Amino acid sequence: MSRTSSAPIEARFLELLFSRRAVLLATIVLSAVALLCVCAPWVAPDDPVRMSVRARLTEPGMTYWLGADAFGRDVASRLLYAGRVSLGVGLGVAAFSSLVGIVIGLCAGFFQRLDGPLSRLVDAMMAFPDILLAIALVSILGGSAVNVIIALSIVYAPRIARIVRASTLVIRELPFVEAATALGVSTPSVMVRHVLPNITSPIIVQATFIFAYAMLAEAGLSFLGVGIDPSTPTWGTMVNEGRQYLDQALFLILFPGLAISVSVLALQLIGDGLRDALDPRLAKDL
Amino acid sequence: MAETVAGDALVQIRNLSKRFHTPRGTVHAVSDVSFDIPRGSITGLVGESGSGKTTLGRTLLRLIEPSEGQTIFDGADLNMLDSNALRTARRRMQIIFQDPVSSLNPRLKVGPIVAEGLRAHGIGTSAERKERVAGLLEEVGLSPDAMLRFPHEFSGGQRQRIGIARALALEPEFVVADESVSALDVSIQAQVLNLLLELRERRNLTMLFIAHDLSVVEYLCDQIVVMYLGRIAEIGPARPLYSDPGHPYTQALLSAVPVPDPAAARDRIILTGDIPSPLEPPAGCVFRTRCPLGDGRCAAEVPAPRRAGEAHHVYCRKFDAND
Repeated sequence: MSRTSSAPIEARFLELLFSRRAVLLATIVLSAVALLCVCAPWVAPDDPVRMSVRARLTEPGMTYWLGADAFGRDVASRLLYAGRVSLGVGLGVAAFSSLVGIVIGLCAGFFQRLDGPLSRLVDAMMAFPDILLAIALVSILGGSAVNVIIALSIVYAPRIARIVRASTLVIRELPFVEAATALGVSTPSVMVRHVLPNITSPIIVQATFIFAYAMLAEAGLSFLGVGIDPSTPTWGTMVNEGRQYLDQALFLILFPGLAISVSVLALQLIGDGLRDALDPRLAKDL
Repeated sequence: MAETVAGDALVQIRNLSKRFHTPRGTVHAVSDVSFDIPRGSITGLVGESGSGKTTLGRTLLRLIEPSEGQTIFDGADLNMLDSNALRTARRRMQIIFQDPVSSLNPRLKVGPIVAEGLRAHGIGTSAERKERVAGLLEEVGLSPDAMLRFPHEFSGGQRQRIGIARALALEPEFVVADESVSALDVSIQAQVLNLLLELRERRNLTMLFIAHDLSVVEYLCDQIVVMYLGRIAEIGPARPLYSDPGHPYTQALLSAVPVPDPAAARDRIILTGDIPSPLEPPAGCVFRTRCPLGDGRCAAEVPAPRRAGEAHHVYCRKFDAND
């Protein structure tokens, strides 16, 4: 009962979040990666698509910091430009799946008549393996960055929907929600003004994890060749292309692979940190 | 049908019942309750936990849909209203909650919390609402600066005052106070009770005051309704009901009220057993399983009200006004 009343967490939130060194480090690393990728046009040493036959499979060195790929393209530059797509897809999926999940979850939690059908739908979607569902959706929609975001959002929205529904069922029974009803506040307004602000913590935590899952899934799709069209560099495509030269140029998959692992690991750590800082109750549930 | 204390009734409750269907069976929370709340009066609703008093308070405001029966508010049957008309009608009746902690949205500042009703009904511009809120906060004894702060920055008594200001913002005629002081310290209780009395005078409020503390109710109320297991046991004006309780349950309750005199001779009536489960209330008189007077015939039928005095009724077949 008194949980919801505890001081809004914002005040001590950052202090609590960064009191764990791993979370602080992860945040710094991820910010650095994101910043470098966003600034790619200015910091990249070369054009990511310019080919050079003479530079084919050059080892990392002074000219090509992280080497050059089978077409003689600069890996470092490709890595930075690819990061924009990979991180962009992750962020887009986190945002869009949250939006869809919030709408579904709030409706299921609020309107008993919708709860049954919506919950069954969510269960059914979660029964599909993520990557299979994503492959199916991308093949229906076609492979562009936007379509990959839409497909992965459909895949991950049920996770948000479940959490939102469960939290809504708890919050809607609290007296301040009843007070709003008693004042004559309309149901949509009760949902958006009184319920939603009180369930943001679990949503933020879950969205952070979805960010990480979506990056992995995007890399997986690109690796399998069903993701974003291969002329756009993404970390997944780079690993896929490098795979053929595994015995000659390990660095071709090493660097994009590292970029994926480091970003996903950082996101997971931040997600864990957010969960513990925002909502200690969830620490055990997930 | 019970007649009332005096004057016309603002709220008439007629045969109100609420049953909850649970996996373990049907809970009979409120069964066939009828009484009137006279305009400008304070009616006390007492009973132990599980007696259905909170459910009754919610059901009569139609915050919970009743299973049967009506609430007639100023001549209009609330259960006939569609959702829009009900929303409009809510301006005239409000509720003050028990728990001052969970009854305020922790994510809103006090200003928006108090102004929420005005906002919902599109009353005034945002500047006008702010002014109204400042006035309301002063009226309940808080500084107008309070509107810029979050609920958690206030003490329990202050939060309860915020809840009262919120309820009063729409200038309701009728207010249900659901155990509104029982979560507070005794010294704060008195302050909040006095505030309620003051507001009632100033605004000519009609109130239903739900409580389990009989001494609080005696101090505050004009009329008292005693509930047991979802049914009315006794109803009457405060003074005769206190001085001469007719129902054995009321007698037991009153004998349990602490008296601030250790030397006072006391005849305590100790009830045996627990309140029966509302899943299977006893047939006939619901109190018979714990009643010192009960006999086999009490199970036969639900007791009809017997007149004990002016507007004073006892729901017990053993009761005889001439005793």
